[in-house]
Amino acid sequence: MTQLALVIDLNVCVGCHACVTSCKEWNTSGEAGYMSDDRPYGQDPTGTFFNRVQTFEVGEFPNTDTVHFPKSCLHCEDPPCVPVCPTGASYKRPEDGIVLVDYDKCIGCKYCAWACPYGVREIDEHQKVMKKCTLCVDRIYDMSVPESERKPACVLACPTNARLFGDVHDPESAVSIAISENGGYALMPEWGTKPANHYLPRRKMRIKIHDDELVRADNPLKKEGVLPKPDVKEPSLDDATSW
Amino acid sequence: MHPAFSVIFLTTLIGTGQGFFLALYTEQVYSVVELLPPQPASFYTIGSVISLAFLIAGLIASFFHLGHPERAWRSAARWRTSWLSREVIVLPALMGAVAAYGLVHHYEWDLNIIGIKTSAHGDLSLVVGAGGAALAFLLFLCTGMIYACIKFLQEWASWLTVVNYTLFGLASGFLLATAYAAYRAPALMYFYGGWTVVATATVLVTRVGSLIRNRRLKYKSTIQTAIGVRHARIVQKSQGFMGGSFNTRDFFHGVEPWLFRAIKWIFLVLVFPVPMAFLFAGMIDRSVTLITSAFVIQYLGLLVERWFFFAQANHPQNLYYQTIS
Repeated sequence: MTQLALVIDLNVCVGCHACVTSCKEWNTSGEAGYMSDDRPYGQDPTGTFFNRVQTFEVGEFPNTDTVHFPKSCLHCEDPPCVPVCPTGASYKRPEDGIVLVDYDKCIGCKYCAWACPYGVREIDEHQKVMKKCTLCVDRIYDMSVPESERKPACVLACPTNARLFGDVHDPESAVSIAISENGGYALMPEWGTKPANHYLPRRKMRIKIHDDELVRADNPLKKEGVLPKPDVKEPSLDDATSW
Repeated sequence: MHPAFSVIFLTTLIGTGQGFFLALYTEQVYSVVELLPPQPASFYTIGSVISLAFLIAGLIASFFHLGHPERAWRSAARWRTSWLSREVIVLPALMGAVAAYGLVHHYEWDLNIIGIKTSAHGDLSLVVGAGGAALAFLLFLCTGMIYACIKFLQEWASWLTVVNYTLFGLASGFLLATAYAAYRAPALMYFYGGWTVVATATVLVTRVGSLIRNRRLKYKSTIQTAIGVRHARIVQKSQGFMGGSFNTRDFFHGVEPWLFRAIKWIFLVLVFPVPMAFLFAGMIDRSVTLITSAFVIQYLGLLVERWFFFAQANHPQNLYYQTIS
């Protein structure tokens, strides 16, 4: 079974919002119709977005860590938004695990948005249907684009390669390896939704210097300088010892 | 959550319609075993029309909640998994049963299948009414479960939600029946009034119980589980946009904390003591006006109660939308 998903590396994300704008650009130009905006250049702009980058500060100054946190539909393996839908417009594709909305069946009752703990579904205020991340389903299977570009728009746009895309059910895939080797985790595991999208945590690079590494054990007199050379007649171990 | 007035009207109106129908049917059942005086057919016919009016009004209100009302028929499709879909099926079924109940009484159709001989007429209406009563309770279950089944809306995810929906519906339906009886059949006034008091007192206990439960709730989702970072101090610095969005509009009531607390006391006063005082005064004076006022006041209180019910639910998605920038 295939489960396509994104793996987002919080260690690499710089919070540039390129994934947000490329998502909006691709999906608002798609065959499923535009993503409507109201007052985009006016006061109190609002609009439909599938993806957002948020920023959190962890810790207290001066020991703070700024975490840029992109959030889109997690394509849960047990999606709570699907069974509550009264019309069946919200569904999970068995072939690749993408959670989609059939815009022709959606009645716009918003019950699925209530039933999503992550807040990744929103109603399009003009088309009056629920919209959410489709993992660019109209692009990843499009044979007219080069194979290297058959990825979601956000993944292609990311300048730091913080977004990986692939099949998380295939243990050999790059995303599965990234999850297992870099401590990938799911959001809000307490609700048992089993999100397919995973996040890779911030990883600190630290070196531990032990005290004896600061003191040369072979210099008991602590005299710095050119070490005495062994006599040419004596046996030499070259680098292993100084005499 | 942001309370939607369409849903507030839907749940309160159909609750009253269901409760009123159950009151009608209870009277008929009691009269069969001669615990209450039998009523003329018009009592049930007009009663069914009143109940049906409330159910239809609720159904109409629900359409205002939909983005595509013209597709509403599709919502009966997923009854296997969705309580909303089940409600969409049971509500018209109940309306059909209530309409049939009224028609059976109006034309005094009869089957003589049960064969009991009482002063009350018609066993076909008893059978149709039994189906209607079952559907009325089923509808309470569906309506309550729509909210109780969302486990991460912890204020709602409790059996108390279903119980409260049922008892509020019964209380307002029986109170309306008391007013109806005071107008049409004064002999039934004390029967209905008594059960109104019982239902109202019981729902006072269960609703206050749910308020206490909600006050003690410990939220399972925190900002730590929301972004998966384990640190005691995490502060949102940006939600990713400076304007509004569906996420900032639809999941928060947007009312000042003092007003929110005041609304709780307003509904507690409007639903419980005030209508009960009017009901007692009305029953003593045999005044239709006073009992009708009691119903109207309690109904207004129920609108406030339902607003509070929705507003009190704290959706975990709000964890992601705490700071604009």
